[in-house]
Amino acid sequence: MTRYAIPVGVLVVLALVPQFSVDIPYVFNGSIDTPGTLQLLALCLLFGGVAMTYDLLFGFTGLLSFGHALYFAAGVYVTDVAITRWHSSFIESIAFTALVGVVLPLVLGAVSLRVGGIAFAMVTLAFAQAGSILVFKNPHKWTGGEEGLGADYTRLPQGLVGIFNTKHLYWVALAFAAAVFAIVQWAVHSSPGHVWQAIRENELRVQVLGLRPYAYKLMVFVLASFLATAGGVVYLLLLGGATPEVTSANFTLTLLVMVVIGGTGTRWGALVGGVLYTWANERLGDASSSHAVSSLPSVLRTPLQQPLFVLGVLFILVVFFVPGGLARFGRVRRLREAFQR
Amino acid sequence: MSTFVLLTITGLGLGAMYFLIASGLSLIYGLMGVLNFAHGAFLTVGAYGAWFAESKLAGVSVLPRFLLGALAGLVVGGVFAALVELVLIRPLYKRHIEQVLVTVGLALAVSALVVAIWGNDARPFTAPSWLGRTTSVAGAHIPNDRWVEIATALVVLVALNAFLRRTRYGLIIRAGVENRAMVTALGIDVRRAFTLVFAIGGVAAAVAGVLSGVYFGTVDPARGTSLLIFAFIVVVIGGLGSLRGTAVSAVVVGLVQQYANYYASSGLGDLSVVLLLGIVLLARPGGLSAKLA
Repeated sequence: MTRYAIPVGVLVVLALVPQFSVDIPYVFNGSIDTPGTLQLLALCLLFGGVAMTYDLLFGFTGLLSFGHALYFAAGVYVTDVAITRWHSSFIESIAFTALVGVVLPLVLGAVSLRVGGIAFAMVTLAFAQAGSILVFKNPHKWTGGEEGLGADYTRLPQGLVGIFNTKHLYWVALAFAAAVFAIVQWAVHSSPGHVWQAIRENELRVQVLGLRPYAYKLMVFVLASFLATAGGVVYLLLLGGATPEVTSANFTLTLLVMVVIGGTGTRWGALVGGVLYTWANERLGDASSSHAVSSLPSVLRTPLQQPLFVLGVLFILVVFFVPGGLARFGRVRRLREAFQR
Repeated sequence: MSTFVLLTITGLGLGAMYFLIASGLSLIYGLMGVLNFAHGAFLTVGAYGAWFAESKLAGVSVLPRFLLGALAGLVVGGVFAALVELVLIRPLYKRHIEQVLVTVGLALAVSALVVAIWGNDARPFTAPSWLGRTTSVAGAHIPNDRWVEIATALVVLVALNAFLRRTRYGLIIRAGVENRAMVTALGIDVRRAFTLVFAIGGVAAAVAGVLSGVYFGTVDPARGTSLLIFAFIVVVIGGLGSLRGTAVSAVVVGLVQQYANYYASSGLGDLSVVLLLGIVLLARPGGLSAKLA
């Protein structure tokens, strides 16, 4: 019963957020129905969703990929280029991106999954780097190189353009996060999902049992990458354009940080990690210009001005002192309840 | 012909820089099984250490200033790397994924810290003007810093080889790469070798940092990460844990990158290196030296 009740309850509450005008001091800059706050919340939910797709690989199957950014960036750039440079309609662009979102991970996954462990991490990193180079190289002036590419907003659905429609974008991001949550839950409880988790625990044993780990790994790789590509499309809608940062290796590393902070291979961990990370990244930037920080001595003030420094240190602390991430706190409580019964 | 010579020497110079980063990575992985994402941070710390020392020595003439700065960079890089091993890596002994995660966090934090203190912009790095001039070889005008890069990498290669082959600690490290459990069983505290390997890797990365400062004329906070990715590729192509394999693949990668960038089209060099990695891994999943090591 609670398996459905809690997620549905959370979804309903989140869906109603834009209808209320509540001011939460320190947490958000301005009332929660203002476009600025909704935009931030939408980004949080989007990255929460993308972190869940990464968790599908790393947390549930034990595949340490350093190239997840490539598939997210494919969603951002393919859609953007199709709309803005090839002047396709929105529907056509989405359809084409969906095709790319399946074929690209199918081909690259088939190659990179031939090796395991660290070599797999390196090959995925190298493929993602190739994607990044391609975007920076700006072939046929399609990607806009370093400057990125603003989407041709006349071809986007009009309900999703402009500051007045931030509310709609928020709902799109929420729908994305909810869909990823549902799909991930369904997938890891399906019978291939059990094989993925068995591969994480002991791949050799799966093989001895007569199953082919390669096919299952390719399956989860394509699923996670496709969902990440969908996330890229939402990102494009949310930001109204593409920037080359999403192709970088650092972007994959931030996904890894999100998942580990939240807790790998759990129901809520990756989502919570992604939301908190995105929120902290944004708000730490604001906090650094606040009075409380600027009155600190410069030894403390200088590092605090860089959100990535704070998050990097926080990440190391989590790895050291909270193995299992934030989700562990939830699990400890559940264990205690189980013992009391 | 002269273009070809220039490309070859430049490719070797680039390969030398890759080798300096990759040698430490490869030794650390071979001995400890840790994929060190913080290696780019060692390079950045070394480069900024050298730059900072130079900026404090404003009155001194160029050559001693450069040499003292470089020395300071190497010391800072080595000490930083050893501290990282002692404080962050050692407590997570045998938990490889956690160790990798810690180095990832460190890499993010260090580059953010450098940006916080010295800003995002590249800082000019002073080097003796002789390094900026060119020497004619077979009709090609070769910038002199390329020779220094190649020579430094060769010296480091020879020194590392001598250290690994001729000293007791080198013996322990080689034995540890081969079979760590056995070395421990023989009553040798292999963990002391871990710190040593990190320090060596840190110094080598700092050398690469100083040389990249000479090569580009500046130090900047993002260079560590961008060079690190190619160093990873070099290490994987060469076979993890093999110094000779790393040296060979560094040269191959540097040359391929230069030739493809010039003869095909700019930017294609980087892509062809990725392609090379794919081919090597599919043909020999253990890297070039899989059978040698």
